[in-house]
Amino acid sequence: MSDRTPALRLEGIVKTFPGVRALDGVSFDVMPGEVHALMGENGAGKSTLMKVLGGIYQPDEGRIFVGEVPAVMTSPLEAKAKGIVFIHQELSLAEELSVAENIYLGELPRKRFGLVDWARLEQQTNAILAKLRVGFDAKTRVGDLSIANQQMVEIARALTVEAKAVIFDEPTASLTDAEKVVLFDVIAGLQAQGVGIIYISHRMEEIFKITDRISVLRDGSYRGTVKTAETDEESVTQLMIGRKLDLSRNEIHHALGDVALEVRGLSCADLYTDVSFEVRRGEVLGFYGLVGAGRTEIAETLFGLRDPSAGQILLDGRDTVIRSPAAAIALGISLVPEDRKGQGLVLGMNCRDNMTLPQVDDLRAGPFVAEGAEVAIFDQYRDRLDIRTPGWKQLAGNLSGGNQQKIVIGKWLSMHPNVLIVDEPTRGIDVGSKSEIHNLIRELAAQGYAVIVISSEMPEILHVSDRIVAMYSGRIMRTFTAEEVTEDKLIQAISGLTPENVA
Amino acid sequence: MQPGTLSSFLKRGAIWAFIAAELVFFTVAGEFLSVSEKTFMDIDNMLLLFKQSAPIGIIAMGMTIIMVNGNIDLSVGAIYAISAIVLLDSLTWPVFAGLGDGVIPVAWGLALLSGVALGALNGLIVWKTGVDAFIVTLGSMLGYRGLVFMYNGEQPTSHLNWTLVDFAEAQWLGLHTSTWFLLGVTAAIWFLMNRTVHGRNAYAIGNNRSAAVNAGIRVGPHMMINFMIIGFLAALSAVVFYSESGSVNPNDGELYELWVITAVVLGGTKLTGGAGSIVSTFGGVLAIQLLRKGLTHIGADTETVNLVIGLILIAVLFLDRQLNVKGKEELKV
Repeated sequence: MSDRTPALRLEGIVKTFPGVRALDGVSFDVMPGEVHALMGENGAGKSTLMKVLGGIYQPDEGRIFVGEVPAVMTSPLEAKAKGIVFIHQELSLAEELSVAENIYLGELPRKRFGLVDWARLEQQTNAILAKLRVGFDAKTRVGDLSIANQQMVEIARALTVEAKAVIFDEPTASLTDAEKVVLFDVIAGLQAQGVGIIYISHRMEEIFKITDRISVLRDGSYRGTVKTAETDEESVTQLMIGRKLDLSRNEIHHALGDVALEVRGLSCADLYTDVSFEVRRGEVLGFYGLVGAGRTEIAETLFGLRDPSAGQILLDGRDTVIRSPAAAIALGISLVPEDRKGQGLVLGMNCRDNMTLPQVDDLRAGPFVAEGAEVAIFDQYRDRLDIRTPGWKQLAGNLSGGNQQKIVIGKWLSMHPNVLIVDEPTRGIDVGSKSEIHNLIRELAAQGYAVIVISSEMPEILHVSDRIVAMYSGRIMRTFTAEEVTEDKLIQAISGLTPENVA
Repeated sequence: MQPGTLSSFLKRGAIWAFIAAELVFFTVAGEFLSVSEKTFMDIDNMLLLFKQSAPIGIIAMGMTIIMVNGNIDLSVGAIYAISAIVLLDSLTWPVFAGLGDGVIPVAWGLALLSGVALGALNGLIVWKTGVDAFIVTLGSMLGYRGLVFMYNGEQPTSHLNWTLVDFAEAQWLGLHTSTWFLLGVTAAIWFLMNRTVHGRNAYAIGNNRSAAVNAGIRVGPHMMINFMIIGFLAALSAVVFYSESGSVNPNDGELYELWVITAVVLGGTKLTGGAGSIVSTFGGVLAIQLLRKGLTHIGADTETVNLVIGLILIAVLFLDRQLNVKGKEELKV
C-alpha cells in the first residue's frame, strides 16, 4: 500500500478548546479502496476530529491532504466539494419529499426560467441508486422508506459528488442484521471504486468483519494504527483504554438490603427483549451499552412512559403494573432523565418550583400552595446537595448543568423514593461537578436507596456501580459484579459478542 | 442584581409605560383635535373606559391561563353569543313564569352553565383526541356560531328585565357593576395562577410539557379545567353585558377571540405557552380600550382605529422579541 498516494491523509492535527486539548497531534491516512476503522471511547476525540474533517472546526495545527493536495476546509460545503463526504448517524432528510429531491436538495438541476428539470433529476438519481442496488426509485417518498433505506438515500446523496473519502459515523446503530448486510455490500462497492472509507464504530464484530486497518484515539491523542488481520479484540481494547484510569473503582462496601425492584423477562416490541435483573436497597446497579442498546427504554418502561409487551415488574416482591409517570411516582420510582433540559426541568420556572413540582399537590394549605413549606424543602436540599444558586427565585434555565442536575435529583430525593433511576447522570456537566454527582450517587446508595445508573461512559459506570448490566441491541449480554468486571470484558460484552465468548 | 432582572422588569413595566404614553398623547392631542369640550382624562370618561373594557377583559383573563397552558381558544366569541341567548331567552320561558324576579339567578345560572359545558366540550376533545387546540376551537368556533343561527335565524333575541338592567347599570363606590366583575375576575384568576397547584401546573405544562409529565402531572385534566374556566368567563362576560343591553344579535361576539388574544399578547403572554401574567393582561386590555377610545376622541373612525391597533401589536411583539434576545445575551455573559 505504501507506494500509492493515500485518499486522505492527516498530519499532526491539533485542536484546543479553552482548557482542553481535544486533539493532540493526530496523524493517519486512508488508502483508496481501504476501509479504515476509527475507534476510541466516548470523549476520545472522534467527533472533534470529524468536525475538523468536515470543515466545522479549523485545526490549530497540522495539515489535511486530499490525494496529494493540501486541503483547507472552512465549511461543510467546501469539504464536500473536495470529495470528503459524511454519512451521519442521525439522518437529516425531508420526509415529505421524494428520494430524488432529497438527494439533490439545494442543487436541483434546472431548465430555463428556473424551472426544475424533473427528467434529468430522475435520470441522475436512478443512475446513483442503480450503483447502490436498492429496491426503491427516485420518486419514492422518503418518509415511506425504512430507516435502512433512508440511510441509503444519505449515502446516495454523498455520491452525487466524486467522493475521495467517505466517513461513516456509527452507521449500523439503528439497522437490523439483514439491513447491515446491505450496508456492508454498499461499502464493498465503494471500496471497489477506489474510495477511501473511514468507519467509526464501537462494534468490534463489525470492525473485524469489514475493515482493513484500525486507528485508535484516546484522550485526544493518536494511539497508533494496526492492521485488522494482525490484531485481535483484546489488543484493540488495550489501545483504547491504555493506562489504568485515574478514577478509583467504587470501594465503599456496605450492607445491601432487600430487593427493591425486580424485573422478569421484560420485553418491549423491538426495543428490548427478555430483560431480567434486580436491584437491592443500598445498591447501585449500572447499565452499560451503546446508544440504542435499549437502556433508556427500560428506564422509561419502569417510569410508566412505555408499556411493556411482556414480562413482570416486581416492587418489594409485589407484581406491579405501571401505566403512567404519576403511577410510578406514587409507587416510589423516580427518573432523572437523560435529556435534562428537555425532560427533567421546566427551565422557565424558578428553582424552588422545579424542586417541588411532583409534590406540590401535597403541599397545600386549603386551596393555595404552602410556599413556606416549599421554601423549606428547597433550602434543605440546596444545603444537602450543595446547589449553588443565588436563591430559589433564580430560573432553573439560568443554572449551570451540574446545578440543574442537582435540582432534578433533589426533586426526587425530597419525595423519598424507593428506586432512583439516573439516566446519563453527568451528560454535559463539567468535570468538577461530575465527581460531585458520582459521590452523591454513592452516598445515596449508602443511605439505603436502590439506585439504577445508566451511562455510556465507562469510567463513570465502573466508578459508581456495585454491579453492571452490559446490554447489546436490546438484550442483556451479561451482568458483572464490581469485583470481576474489567474494561475489556465490558467492551466486548457491549460490542455484540455472544455471552459464551465473553465468559 | 440577578441576571435577567432588568429585562424582565422592562417587559413587566412595558405595558404600563405604554398606557401612560397613550394617556399623555391623547390628552395633549385631544386639546387640539377633539370636538368634545371635555378633556380625555375626565373622571367619568375613565370610569366608562373600565366598564367598556369588561367584556373583552373578563374573557382575556381566561385566555391568559389557556395560553400559559400552551393552548388557545378561538371559540370564545361564539360561546359568548350562545350564553347571551340562553340568558335572555330563558328569562321568558313559561316554566319560570311563577318565579317573578327569581328567574334572574336561574337565567344567569343556565347561561354560565352553557358556557362551562361548551368549554368542557372543547377541553375534552383536545384532551382525548390530542388534536391541536387551535384546530379544535377553530372548528367549535364555526360550530357554536352555527348553533346561534339555528336558534333564532337572523333575528335578534331580545328581552329587557328592568330589575336586571338596574343591577347592571348600578354604580358602587363609583365603579360600574361590570367593572367590579372585571376586577373580581382578575383577582380570582390571579390567585388561581399564582397561588394554587392548578396554576403552578398550568405554567409547568406550558413551559415544558414532557418535564411536567415526568413530574407525574396529568396534563389532560388541567387543560380541560382551563377550557371550562374560559367557557365560564366567556359566559360571565355575556351575562354582565346583556343583562344591561337586553338584546343579542346572532353576529354578536364575532372577532372577540381576536381582540382577546390581542390584549393577552400585548400583555406579554407567549403564544408558545409557559409565560404570562394576569396583571399584564389587565394592562393589555386597558391599553387596547384606551387606544380605541383615544383615537375616537381625536376624531379617528373605526377603520383607522383597527389599522393603528394592528400596527401597534406588531411593533410591540417586535420590541418584546428584541428584549428577549437582549435578556438571553445578558445570561450568556
